[in-house]
Amino acid sequence: MTLLESRRQRATRVASDAEHTSAEERRRRTRIRVTLGVLGLLSVLAVTAYLTYDVRGSWDYAMDLRSRQVGSLIVVGATVGASSLVFQTIAGSRILTPSVMGFDALYLLVQTVIVFFFGSTTFMLMGVGPRFLINAAVLLVFGMLLFRWLFGRSSRNLLVLVLVGIVIGSLFNSLTSLASRVLSPNDFLTLQDVMFASFNTVDADLLWIVAAVSVVGMLALVPLLRYLDVVDLGFDAAVALGVPYHRVVTLSLGVITLLVAVSTALVGPMLFLGLIVANLARQIIPSHRHTDLVIGSALVGVLCTVAGQFVVGHLLDNGTTLSVVVNLVGGIYFILLLMRTVRL
Amino acid sequence: MTAPTTTHPARTTRSGGVRPVHLWLGAGVLAVGSYLSLGVGASSVGVVDLLNPSPEAWHILTTSRIPRLIAILLAGASLSVAGLIMQRITANRFVSPSTSGTVEAAVLGILIATMFFGGTSLIVKMGIAIVTAIAGTLIFLQMLQRIQHREGIVVALVGLMYGGVLAAITTFVAYQRDLIQYLDIWTTGSFSSVLEGRYEPLYIVLVVGIIGYVFADKFTVIGMGESFATNLGLNYQRILYIGLIVVSVMAAVVVVVVGAIPFLGLIVPNVVTLLLGDNIKKVLPLTALAGAGFVLACDVAGRVIIHPYELPVATIAGAIGGVVFIWLILRSAKGASV
Repeated sequence: MTLLESRRQRATRVASDAEHTSAEERRRRTRIRVTLGVLGLLSVLAVTAYLTYDVRGSWDYAMDLRSRQVGSLIVVGATVGASSLVFQTIAGSRILTPSVMGFDALYLLVQTVIVFFFGSTTFMLMGVGPRFLINAAVLLVFGMLLFRWLFGRSSRNLLVLVLVGIVIGSLFNSLTSLASRVLSPNDFLTLQDVMFASFNTVDADLLWIVAAVSVVGMLALVPLLRYLDVVDLGFDAAVALGVPYHRVVTLSLGVITLLVAVSTALVGPMLFLGLIVANLARQIIPSHRHTDLVIGSALVGVLCTVAGQFVVGHLLDNGTTLSVVVNLVGGIYFILLLMRTVRL
Repeated sequence: MTAPTTTHPARTTRSGGVRPVHLWLGAGVLAVGSYLSLGVGASSVGVVDLLNPSPEAWHILTTSRIPRLIAILLAGASLSVAGLIMQRITANRFVSPSTSGTVEAAVLGILIATMFFGGTSLIVKMGIAIVTAIAGTLIFLQMLQRIQHREGIVVALVGLMYGGVLAAITTFVAYQRDLIQYLDIWTTGSFSSVLEGRYEPLYIVLVVGIIGYVFADKFTVIGMGESFATNLGLNYQRILYIGLIVVSVMAAVVVVVVGAIPFLGLIVPNVVTLLLGDNIKKVLPLTALAGAGFVLACDVAGRVIIHPYELPVATIAGAIGGVVFIWLILRSAKGASV
């Protein structure tokens, strides 16, 4: 199915929406609400299971540790889910997510450079607040530059962008390992802890900071959601319908960058999480309204991260890391998406 | 842009083609560079000493520096030639051992060998790595048949992702068995551990390279498609498998002996072809020379930057190669803008 066709279909759907008195439409609304409700319920169940499964020894200690882990999982899942879905809409592509564009690798590079210039002791003593702010600032700057370049030229081959993004990612990886090899073994060990996305070592102060930032980011998305429904129809349609296309896109991108910075700075690289979550949400929620989609995507994100970490941490006893599993599943899924694509 | 038959606008302005002078020039530059590189290292052996070495200097040269130089030249040349052959077989400029899962499959093979055969000999590791590399490349070629949209960019993306999936499987297994550190060694190509007695299997690539050269034209023909090749009286399957084996052996042997070198097989053939045209028989020797020279330059840089310590060649090649790769992508996108 070509993009044009799918856009036309969506446009007709929007048109049919205008007469939303039909019984079918009401049934669809109910189904969306039920789906979202079920997702919410499942997320709550997953969180409860994560907190209470097989607690041995001190209950207080376990609760403290696990609630921090679950907190970070929720923040990461929700921010990745919401930001990836909105990004897909703006880019007009189902295979483009922020982290595919080299964000994760940049995060590692920033960490390495900080350790490289200040040494691991300073890095550890710096405090989580400043460390997060530096990371977030760099990611924000990079993100805005990247997006400006991405949307600066009207007709760009999206696949080219994805490919360039991935190569930029591996370029950053090379630079990271270049820098890390010049480090002392101690500094290198510190870095190693940061390299593998791990939910076991989340700092409570950091969690509060990022949770606050992500709530602000999510709230900033709310007024944009209605416009995004129209942006989804493409530039021409959106302008014809009187939506300030460029302003909506720029504002959304700012929020997306912030959310991505939060999740990446919190747990490090998770390349394909956004891709899986956003596409899953689009498949199970029969809606084109971004209010439904973003909430759904955030819930799917929470469900994926919490349930995934539950399996990896509790059932497999940390025999692997969640990021490896996500890369495996996400990579296969991404290939399938690409193979099916005739045109983007 | 992806089919080798398209004449490139930039190429019509040049006289194009490879002349003997190019080969001699390339070989000469490489020879001088190789000679000078023998003087670089932790213990000082002057460039002049090379002509009349003292016993100690001679010992350093024969056990460490000359083997290292040979390993660099062989690895650089063979990965580049492997990339060139793959690009011809698939008729796609964005295919290469390091971007289509061949290298990652070889690393998985080394992991399997390490797990099931303990501290095995180099030869056993190599055998298993070659088998997995062939299997991994074959799977990729099968995937290529099924892609709806055979644009170079899509193929490159699928290849990179496929390599990523294989790497994730390898990481998954290695994490379970506590072999992550080893993984780092295999995936990061470096010549620092090359000594006399530890690199000789690399000579295999010379034999395979000659086979590759003999069949070079036929690889180009099967790149035109199965029916086309059959019409010209070629046994498509047989040539395909010969190419597959040549490429996999080259990649696997290099990965086992020195580790993976990213983007090398992709950028070197592309740049050489851009400069000197598409005649594979003529381009192949120059690709080998250019690849050897590029790796030599990266290795010398790695030895000089934080002297007396070393940076692995893979990180430097990865940084330079990444930039060149991005340039190639943007260049091709301009040519085939949608």
